[in-house]
Amino acid sequence: MAENKVILDHIDDAGEQAIEAYQAHGGYKGLEKAMKQMTPAQILDEIKISNLRGRGGAGFPAGIKWSFIKRDAPGPKYLICNADEGEPGTFKDRKIMTSKPHIIIEGMIIAAYCMGLDTGYIYIRGEFFEPYQAMDKAIEEAYSKGFLGKNILGTGFNFDLHTYLGAGAYICGDETALMNSLEGKRGYPRLKPPFPAQFGLYGRPTTVHNVETFAAVAPIIANGGKWYSELGTPKSGGTKLFGISGHVERPGVYELSLGTPWKEFFEDIAGGVRGGKKLKAIIPGGSSTPVLLPHELEGMLLDYESIQSKGSMLGTGAVIVFDETTDMVKVAYRAMKFYAHESCGQCTPCREGCDWYYDILGRIYHGEGRIEDLDTLEDLAKYIGPNTICAFGDAFVTPMLAFIRKFRSEFMDYIEKGKYGLQAVLDAEKKSEEINHA
Amino acid sequence: MAFSFNESSMNEFHKWGKKFPENPEGRRSLVIPALWISQWQNGYISKDVVNYVAEITGTEPLHVWGVTTFYTMFKREKTGKFFLQFCTNITCTLMGADQIFVNTCKKLGIKPGETTSDGKFTAVEVECLGACGSSPTLQVNDKYYTHMTESEVEKLIAEFRGAK
Repeated sequence: MAENKVILDHIDDAGEQAIEAYQAHGGYKGLEKAMKQMTPAQILDEIKISNLRGRGGAGFPAGIKWSFIKRDAPGPKYLICNADEGEPGTFKDRKIMTSKPHIIIEGMIIAAYCMGLDTGYIYIRGEFFEPYQAMDKAIEEAYSKGFLGKNILGTGFNFDLHTYLGAGAYICGDETALMNSLEGKRGYPRLKPPFPAQFGLYGRPTTVHNVETFAAVAPIIANGGKWYSELGTPKSGGTKLFGISGHVERPGVYELSLGTPWKEFFEDIAGGVRGGKKLKAIIPGGSSTPVLLPHELEGMLLDYESIQSKGSMLGTGAVIVFDETTDMVKVAYRAMKFYAHESCGQCTPCREGCDWYYDILGRIYHGEGRIEDLDTLEDLAKYIGPNTICAFGDAFVTPMLAFIRKFRSEFMDYIEKGKYGLQAVLDAEKKSEEINHA
Repeated sequence: MAFSFNESSMNEFHKWGKKFPENPEGRRSLVIPALWISQWQNGYISKDVVNYVAEITGTEPLHVWGVTTFYTMFKREKTGKFFLQFCTNITCTLMGADQIFVNTCKKLGIKPGETTSDGKFTAVEVECLGACGSSPTLQVNDKYYTHMTESEVEKLIAEFRGAK
């Protein structure tokens, strides 16, 4: 099995950002078909048949999400593209935005038409200034061609689309925090229910999708839901972008049919572990998904169900590869530093829990761990995840517990050998550095 | 001295104004864009900026300050002309970013977060920049530099030093 390029088709061609190049490769054909030949109900059916699931991490079926919106309800209704890509290990949306922005815009217009939404926002993280400029330029082009604005393609349908620039907050990747941010507030997640479909941006019905989800919409409409669904497995339809990074021979973004065997992706496409070293572990879907050991990867397929059956998650499809020289205590400590920095502070269990986790992992890493520390972390976990407004609590507790359970002996080495153990690790690091530089 | 938008900032602000509903809620949505425009003009968010942004968005200074402190990219003090932001998250650190960061600080003669005495460079550690496939990643002001090594960073710094 090789790559299966639907979204990434022609993405590396020079000039694919421009609307002319995009149209020359069939761009905006899906939109024309949707608006001229199909009813909103037919579009919704195709999306349902396609089995498209949200690509931002949670995997919620898109067709079901769209059906929550009452098309004919009066008053403003909003469509939001979540481009706050920040899950460590994830770098797919940035590629789509900078290299093929029109596929996102086309998908958004089709979605807006299907659900009867009048205004859209693309919420781009503040660090993505270049993608933000690329999207702005593409939106301008789409307006000038009559794909956005009033009376689109002569159908009488109006839709305005704008970019928005975040300012550095991982939590704004949570759709309700994102909407608060878009409303000019601190990015605190909201308690659900009510869900965005009833009470979203400015309290109005709102649909939020990840960049990649929107990017799949136009190809689905152009080629049919059945075609897309059959690219994947019966339960996980279509293709998915996978970003692979870390100790891997060929890091990058790849588009694969869901259900592609892990082994083929990792060994044949991504080239396996860098420098012929042995594999120690991987994180399959961004830093918030539990780490997997080589034996757990046996027979694993890249789809929602198979990865879940191994005790982890497909997440954002962000694979991080660790070779045999990796210090997993250091990885866990660094990942925890991220969560401690990014907890929004709204819920006490998460705000305090993050700091405790970070402190405890820090003292272990610095050779001052206590024998009871790992049990303390296990115990603390019970009080964090279930007691927070959003998923952030679980998002750090679950992967941290996986690190300490699966690499318990490494953590115990740090704790029992203290400074001495640390010195040994530092020496080993120095050695591997020398080898790398040689 | 009181802060206010210059002409180009004001034009930019009006451009943003068209994106949101014409009501108090829509105006409040302009807080973050107004803070960005202020930072592009002023370099950082001062108390005067906060008061000004509150005034033009119809919000309270306390609200604007709350927003400012929530988002990491809003600077509350002046930084160097070249704001070096080293990603040291998981993948970048696997590829050596933590060492590059520490050693670059040493070479610049500053501690993490500090600015060089000539006001040219500030070096900070940041969280995942979303460019893991070409790590280690360094963001200088708005621009990404990928596949960084110590010598690449050194070259960049020399280049920036020569720049006006």
